[in-house]
Amino acid sequence: MQRWSRFNIASIVIGFAFLYLPIVLLVVFSFNESKLVTVWAGFSTKWYVQLFHNQALLDAAWVTIRVGLISATIATVLGTMAALAMTRYTRFRGRMLFSGMIYAPLVMPEVITGLSMLLLFVAIGFDRGFWTLTLAHITFTMCFVAVVVQSRLLSFDRSIEEAAMDLGATPVATFLQVTLPVIAPAVFSGWVLAFTLSLDDLVISSFTSGPGATTLPMRIYSQVRLGVTPEINAVCTILIGIVAIGVLIASVVSRRREIQRVKDEQAAFAH
Amino acid sequence: MAKFGSALFNRLVIVIPYAWLLFFFLIPFFIVIRISLSETAVAMPPYLPVFDLASGFGGFIDNIKQFSIDNYIWLTEDALYTKAYASSLWIAGVSTFLTLLIAYPVAYGMAQAPSTIRPTLLMLVILPFWTSFLIRVYAWIAILKPEGLLNQLLLTLGVIDQPLIILNTNWAIYIGIVYSYLPFMVLPIYSSLEKMDHSLTEAAQDLGCTPIRAFWRVTFPLSLPGVVAGCMLVFIPAVGEFVIPDLLGGSETLMIGKTLWNEFNANRDWPVSAAVATILLLILVVPIMFFQHAQSKADAEGR
Repeated sequence: MQRWSRFNIASIVIGFAFLYLPIVLLVVFSFNESKLVTVWAGFSTKWYVQLFHNQALLDAAWVTIRVGLISATIATVLGTMAALAMTRYTRFRGRMLFSGMIYAPLVMPEVITGLSMLLLFVAIGFDRGFWTLTLAHITFTMCFVAVVVQSRLLSFDRSIEEAAMDLGATPVATFLQVTLPVIAPAVFSGWVLAFTLSLDDLVISSFTSGPGATTLPMRIYSQVRLGVTPEINAVCTILIGIVAIGVLIASVVSRRREIQRVKDEQAAFAH
Repeated sequence: MAKFGSALFNRLVIVIPYAWLLFFFLIPFFIVIRISLSETAVAMPPYLPVFDLASGFGGFIDNIKQFSIDNYIWLTEDALYTKAYASSLWIAGVSTFLTLLIAYPVAYGMAQAPSTIRPTLLMLVILPFWTSFLIRVYAWIAILKPEGLLNQLLLTLGVIDQPLIILNTNWAIYIGIVYSYLPFMVLPIYSSLEKMDHSLTEAAQDLGCTPIRAFWRVTFPLSLPGVVAGCMLVFIPAVGEFVIPDLLGGSETLMIGKTLWNEFNANRDWPVSAAVATILLLILVVPIMFFQHAQSKADAEGR
């Protein structure tokens, strides 16, 4: 029976064309000579050159990267803890509420999350700025990390952990020496996901940020509202490039680790 | 010592993220509800009564006495808000349906693909999700504009002789939502189709079902958990969507996320925007709980 039919191939090709064509067009028109993003007038890199003289944009990029690095790192620690709590301790008081608080932010409209966090910062008298932005980003990205790490933990063979404990390792030692090495790829992809989500966020940032802490998406958004320009296409192209390189590195690393893991397992069984 | 350490470790793993989420995610909702019961004031923060810990319990009681549901009455009296809620639900519903129509064949095709190329296909679906949401929405402006790339193409091909007006209409919003949320629909459907036992459809066909009938009676019902998860992942955030209606929609497009944003940033009316958010949350609480329930069930099965 032929399962991979012509209809299947066609729907995949159309689906992927729909997903990728807009991005390709955006990249192509960042190299356009003309100021119009819809009429091709020849190849030029002048928008990229102009970009590096746009101080406001560079400042925003720097803020975004710092917020991203700090928030992704803390979110990864918290998210991994949350994932452990969810998978290892199936019963504790308020577990329903806990899992609700992990899943709800994944689908919660950003306007609600942003507004509620802003009102919290105002209520406790925390001046809006870099740190409120970072705290907000930690909060919404840690749930994504938790879900990614959790899915890895669910397929994890717990008997190795139990073996380590039986041999006298403390839970902390077991976690650091047995569990963490195994779930490291998932933790790492959780970090990358948290970082890109933070890099990308507009709505929550706009609510929780204050003077002097304008992020790149906020800057891009205010420029887009004034009109579409090749300069923005150039910024977007650079961002897409960074993400593409990051994802490529991540997938190569995880594939290598996977191959290594399979080899190790085979070696272990061979003995 | 080891025992004490282990108990502490177990406890901290739960307590730290729990406390964090309680403080930064759950408590803020109560603050939103509380402020939605306040009055607008020309001050900073622009609402009355303000929290004042110094006034003690008596002050707290006084505060509660000042609470009013005026903001909610205001929301029901102004047709703008009711229309915005209704049209948000409508737009999110239509978009979710359209996303399903496009995502299902893609997910089905992926599940039928030779297992050697499946990881690559999966990677290609996830990849756009990593690139900025704002950028992906922005990319459509240049395509959908009256003098944009789509109209240029269609005019050159002779399909139309007048440029189509798509940008700043609801159609642009549908396209934007379908485009941005497509991976969220494809992935859960794919994962439920991939797990499926193909001998079932073969059995149905052997027993005389046509392939189409076999699909509707066997394959589709078995993929329903994925369909439901995908629809929730698209519908819930789409109801409160702000970026897409703001950049692609027109001035007459009403969506509640945009209304809330304007109420907050342009009108600086914090109590009314808090009331708008509270109602939106109440509308979404049922689908969110449904989503969470489905996810926990899926996790329990995975365990």
